[in-house]
Amino acid sequence: MSRDSILHRIRTAVGRSADQPPAEAPAARLRIPEVPLEARIASVVARVEALAGKAVRTSDPCAWVAEAIRGKTAVASNAPFLAQCGITGLAGVRSGITDPEELRELCATADVGITGADYVLADTGTLVMLSSGREARMISLLPPAHLAVVERERILTGLDELLTVLPNPAVETSSMVLITGPSRTADIEQILVRGVHGPGQITVVIAD
Amino acid sequence: MSVEFDRKIHATLADTKLQLAIYASTARLKDGRLSSVAPQTLPDYQELRTQANALKKHALENLDYYLEEFERNVVAHGGKVVYCKDGTDVADFVLALAKERGARLIVKSKSMTTEEVDLNERLEHHGLESVETDLGEYILQLAHEKPYHIVAPALHKTRYDVAEIFTHSLHVPSETVPEKQTAIARAVLREKFLAADIGISGANFLVADAGAVVLIENEGNARLTTTAPRIHIAIAGIEKVIPRAQDLATFLKLLARSATGQLLSVYTSFLAGPKRAGEIDGPEEFYVVLLDNGRTKLLPDRSKRQSLYCIRCGACLNTCPVYRKIGGHSFPWVYSGPIGAIITPQFMGVSHEPGLPFASSLCGACAEVCPVKIDIPKVLLELRSDVKKSETREKQNRLEKVAFRVFAWVMTHPRWYELAGRVAAAMAPSEDGGWIRTVPGIMNFGPLKAWLSQRDLPPPPPKSFRELWRRR
Repeated sequence: MSRDSILHRIRTAVGRSADQPPAEAPAARLRIPEVPLEARIASVVARVEALAGKAVRTSDPCAWVAEAIRGKTAVASNAPFLAQCGITGLAGVRSGITDPEELRELCATADVGITGADYVLADTGTLVMLSSGREARMISLLPPAHLAVVERERILTGLDELLTVLPNPAVETSSMVLITGPSRTADIEQILVRGVHGPGQITVVIAD
Repeated sequence: MSVEFDRKIHATLADTKLQLAIYASTARLKDGRLSSVAPQTLPDYQELRTQANALKKHALENLDYYLEEFERNVVAHGGKVVYCKDGTDVADFVLALAKERGARLIVKSKSMTTEEVDLNERLEHHGLESVETDLGEYILQLAHEKPYHIVAPALHKTRYDVAEIFTHSLHVPSETVPEKQTAIARAVLREKFLAADIGISGANFLVADAGAVVLIENEGNARLTTTAPRIHIAIAGIEKVIPRAQDLATFLKLLARSATGQLLSVYTSFLAGPKRAGEIDGPEEFYVVLLDNGRTKLLPDRSKRQSLYCIRCGACLNTCPVYRKIGGHSFPWVYSGPIGAIITPQFMGVSHEPGLPFASSLCGACAEVCPVKIDIPKVLLELRSDVKKSETREKQNRLEKVAFRVFAWVMTHPRWYELAGRVAAAMAPSEDGGWIRTVPGIMNFGPLKAWLSQRDLPPPPPKSFRELWRRR
């Protein structure tokens, strides 16, 4: 069987025996800078915009989203925050879907996918999405535009803080996705094109 | 050097359009890297490189342990791990699973490991449709070509080439605007994603303590590949394992910057098993194929083992003066550039292309940009030595051996060295554009002629350094 022969070859090559504990690993390198909330918010806005996304701060996310999706069809995730601020009740918005087939069909035709975000990374403008009953994977992936409404308390300094808060994301979910800007490619003559397979537009609404 | 290697190199050098494409693309990637690792953007860049190197070294020294830990965790999340010794094993596994599940259509995200074992060809041979979904890889699949560059596979194709390929294969009207070409591919591939039974991805990292596969990309095709179909198979080399999820803080910061100059790639997917109870979407079955395919051959030698640290960022290609002239398709296997020059001889055997470790100026630029600090020039020298040792006594070039012995003797005897310098200056032939390109007819024969055909010499100065020093 390939498994045993491969493991045997490895052990012979590196001079280890089966069940031998490993040498001590180098300590994980995590450095979390002190960054005040206001500066973290400013950084998210600057980074998202540098990637040709849109980022706004608002105390009334529902009104802002209503304006942004006027005349369009949208699918919203089951994130409780979206329902709380009334976004799931807006005209043209479908929400509360738990059947994957139904969700897939809706996402394939909707203009906008609306989600929350479990975390946001300030230094790179990254949305961190954990798959769950509240957040499906497809909503931030299939529609041509992705709109994420995030609570400002969710903004972390960066990757090091995320992996300190979540030392092992697999405990929480089968899928964690970090989204940094709109889908893009430069495969033809190094010319930047947005919206290849994922959304070409990304909007981050920070709820104050 | 084989005739084939030599022919491909000269064909690339003579193609001005291709020379421009290689130069422009690598320059852009190289500049992106430079600005994103600059001290004002990433002050701890050097510390991160040191940490990444230490982690890779540790993971490989304890590779069996981390693979078993990874396997245990994948199984705990409801996934399955399959060990494969070569490409035949991989194809057999995928074919058997496809048959059992009645699958016909496979979507694939970019993976050098599957290129290595010609997976698409093997699957198609058995009647499965396997579609590449990364835009560059899709273009190449339609054109029946291999990737030209580790991260920019279709670097050598112009928009006009793409227009022709699309018109020919997809029967669409000719379109030369990249944005519109991308839209064509998006529409065609979207249908494939939604109809596919199996999604096959590679893996940038295997995280042992999480049992997770990490995929890094910009387009979203890897996310679709691993989300839409019912079955996800990740195919990874055994060297991709890292100890902890927390180590991603080191590797993610280095990879995107070194590859394209982005702070993070657009999508980083951390996938641990199939969809869980309570989750809405995701694959129902999750497999990880751990591929050897020659990797264990690189483990015994402590120095050469570092070739397996590679995270496939492509930075060494973009900075290499040799790659930037001879391009990706001159290299004898799917891995090109400096990293290809050290991996290929070790995977395929040094006699596969004995000229490969010699096709380098040993300038060291590759080692300087490598995010995991692989000492590529050192490994190249070791491989040169292996090539020489592997040549049989009859095949060894006696004349070359004698010439180098004479050279070594002259270099270690100052009087003879000085005399030789004077003779050379007196006999020096005329120069051509500041270089001596040919030698007098009497010396221009046989092996010496062949040796000199690839080497130009600077003309000797009127006075040697030693003479100037004495007259000071």
